[in-house]
Amino acid sequence: MIPELGHVALIIAFVLAIGLAVVPMWGAARRDVAAMNMAPSLAVGVTVFVAVAFALLAASFLQDDFSVAVVAANSNSLLPPIFKFSALWGNHEGSLLLWVLILSGWMAAVATFSRGLPLVMVARVLSVMGMVAVGFLAFSLLTSNPFERLLPNTPLDGNDLNPLLQDPGLIIHPPLLYMGYVGLSVPFAFAIAALMGGRLDASWARWSRPWTNVAWGFLSLGIMLGSWWAYYELGWGGWWFWDPVENASFMPWLMGTALVHSLAATEKRGVFRSWTVLLAIFAFSLSLLGTFLVRSGVLTSVHAFAADPERGLFILIFLALVVGGSLLLYALRAPSVASRVNYSGVSRESLLMINNLVFTVSTIVVLLGTLFPLIMDAFSLGKYSVGPPYFNAVFVPLMALVMPFMAVGPLSRWREDTTRRWLHELLVPGLGVLVVAIVLAFLGSDDFNLWIAFAVLLSGWVALGVVKDLWRRIATGVDGGLTWRRLTPSFIGMTLAHLGFAAVVLGAVVVTQENEERDLRMAVGDVETLGAYRFELMSLGQQAGPNYLADQAVFEVRLDQELIAVLVPEKRRYFASGQIMTEAAIDARLWRDLYIALGEPIGEQAWAVRLQYKPMVRWLWLGALMIGLGALVTAFDRRYRSQRSNVTAAQSGVAAVAG
Amino acid sequence: MRAKRFIPLVAFAVLAGLLFRGLSIDPTELPAARLGQPFPDFAQPELNSGRQISVSALSELPALVNVWATWCYSCRVEHPYLLALAEQGVPIYGLNYKDEPVKAREWLAQLGDPYQLNVVDKEGSVGLDLGVYGAPETYVVDAAGHIAHRHVGVLDEAVFQRDFIRWFPAAASPVVAVGSEGEQ
Repeated sequence: MIPELGHVALIIAFVLAIGLAVVPMWGAARRDVAAMNMAPSLAVGVTVFVAVAFALLAASFLQDDFSVAVVAANSNSLLPPIFKFSALWGNHEGSLLLWVLILSGWMAAVATFSRGLPLVMVARVLSVMGMVAVGFLAFSLLTSNPFERLLPNTPLDGNDLNPLLQDPGLIIHPPLLYMGYVGLSVPFAFAIAALMGGRLDASWARWSRPWTNVAWGFLSLGIMLGSWWAYYELGWGGWWFWDPVENASFMPWLMGTALVHSLAATEKRGVFRSWTVLLAIFAFSLSLLGTFLVRSGVLTSVHAFAADPERGLFILIFLALVVGGSLLLYALRAPSVASRVNYSGVSRESLLMINNLVFTVSTIVVLLGTLFPLIMDAFSLGKYSVGPPYFNAVFVPLMALVMPFMAVGPLSRWREDTTRRWLHELLVPGLGVLVVAIVLAFLGSDDFNLWIAFAVLLSGWVALGVVKDLWRRIATGVDGGLTWRRLTPSFIGMTLAHLGFAAVVLGAVVVTQENEERDLRMAVGDVETLGAYRFELMSLGQQAGPNYLADQAVFEVRLDQELIAVLVPEKRRYFASGQIMTEAAIDARLWRDLYIALGEPIGEQAWAVRLQYKPMVRWLWLGALMIGLGALVTAFDRRYRSQRSNVTAAQSGVAAVAG
Repeated sequence: MRAKRFIPLVAFAVLAGLLFRGLSIDPTELPAARLGQPFPDFAQPELNSGRQISVSALSELPALVNVWATWCYSCRVEHPYLLALAEQGVPIYGLNYKDEPVKAREWLAQLGDPYQLNVVDKEGSVGLDLGVYGAPETYVVDAAGHIAHRHVGVLDEAVFQRDFIRWFPAAASPVVAVGSEGEQ
């Protein structure tokens, strides 16, 4: 009964979404206030019914209802309850429902927090989001019904959740990632609404800015968690693979990065207006494209969902309608007059434009690399796969290119600035960073490492610009005193995110350059060293988990005779699937990780063991965390709230006219 | 000036066309050129014995050639069905594709071995000759040693009864496999 109720709830949500897609849009065209006023309630209605469907599917998972096909395929009675719950989105059908749930959550949030916006705008924004919801609800109901039953052949127990996904990181990774992915639909909807209304001014940018920042922040956090999970769970200590599915989430992030910066210029100075709209469309289009690539089976990937051409065709048609429609609207309605705002070549506008260029080119480069196998295949030129060498070769220089400008950006002035002032601000500290970079590069290893010197130089340079800007803002009190008044949330967020970016770059380069690993055969009592660390295999044993049996090896790690860690890597065999999983043991510190993973048993008493020393690998995720949190912090800026109350006054005017 | 604003739309149209083509390149269809051709020759080690073998080692025909690897999750889903097929007397040869032989042997020891023998294709060169798209994949090699059919993805009872049965009429009775049909 529960699954049927869930199915009905989903159908009701679908019908309400159609209403949301049609009625307020019609109302906006006819200036019908009553029809436009329905938008928020319809949006909340969709949310409620999707949430009910989601809750009922969750109930089926928690109650081990194996008559439901997705439960039978992805859960098991032995699975711990928390994984029974997260198994809901460990598969195509369930994760699609999560997608829709989060989309409707964003709709409800827009409906709630946009009361101060002009009614026409709110109606159009929610209606556009409603259209997206119609597409995805139809996708779910028509091709991927999560409530499909296996009757009368109900299995006694389920197939189990893929053990790779039985991990705390995977409980929150998909929801966070989807928050970001789907959240980009909000700036998209604002852009479309603005195009329809023909009002592409600064207020449009100001409205969509906090939403964009929050969505982009969630996307950053989601990608970070995915990378972290891959690091400790896949068992070989890698943290980024340029896998098509990773790229699918990375491309919207890159485009979102450009969008976040471009919106700043549009809001503050009214420049790049068409461009910003285009970026908003692109960012969400790439989210949709990612969904298509992951779920259609067009590209093969390590973590692809079940491929199904029928589903692929559905998303492709949907993609063509949404993206094609938006771009057509853009072509017809984008402002035909170039903005009359002037700025000189040496100004913050120019620096933001460089940011936009670099991140757009990066997106294209990643897109090309991801689609290249498909392109070659489509023209029957053979089967190819594009690997990390390509992506590293093109991506690393692009990031190195943008960093010199990052330090200057926050310090620079709008409209017109002088290089002399930039030199004055940054010359001395810049030289200081140069010296530090050269010295540090000698310290890290025996030989001078150019890459590390380069990374320290660039990251230090960025950090320096940020710190200098911070200082300039707080040291403006009278008599040399400090003042904190100018530290607005948006400034703090920007500072955090830029420092985070510097940390990610530094961590990535150092761990790539200085990573040490050894593959060894070790028996009890064996001692091996890696750098200054001494690893001793103390004992081998077995340990039973709730749904698996683990072989364990106990290692003692010493540095200068002092015991610094006891590490217990495991090899787990899961009962239901028989699948073998490597659980790496990690001693994590700010400056280095020690990483032990078990390979295969060799004979009775020995194991193949991989020992790794990974300096500064934590900086990657801490940095990404700072980027994500920084983006979230900016949304608390008072500016957005006060602007709303201004709008309220203006809107009552509009309403009066419309009414 | 105005025409410029159609550039994104045109670019997207090209991309959409490409994606559509990508969908219609059904990877499960064998390129017509390879259908009816002799199974490509190879010189690779056998997984368990380590001895060098060639195409002549596929002696019991018609047979299935199954492309698998330990890194392939779907292969694990498919595995019980292969065991059931082997039980029914269908000869299955394995192509252990881009895999670690140590892990592959461990896998067969743990999950059971449905294969007559296994060709070790660590570099994927046999796979390249064959046009392998990914694992799992299953080919029918007919009595004359020619490639007669190809299936990409998990082989299960429904697929076997529909597409494979005419080469293996003896396996006509439904095979009951444990836990196939799963989505990955």
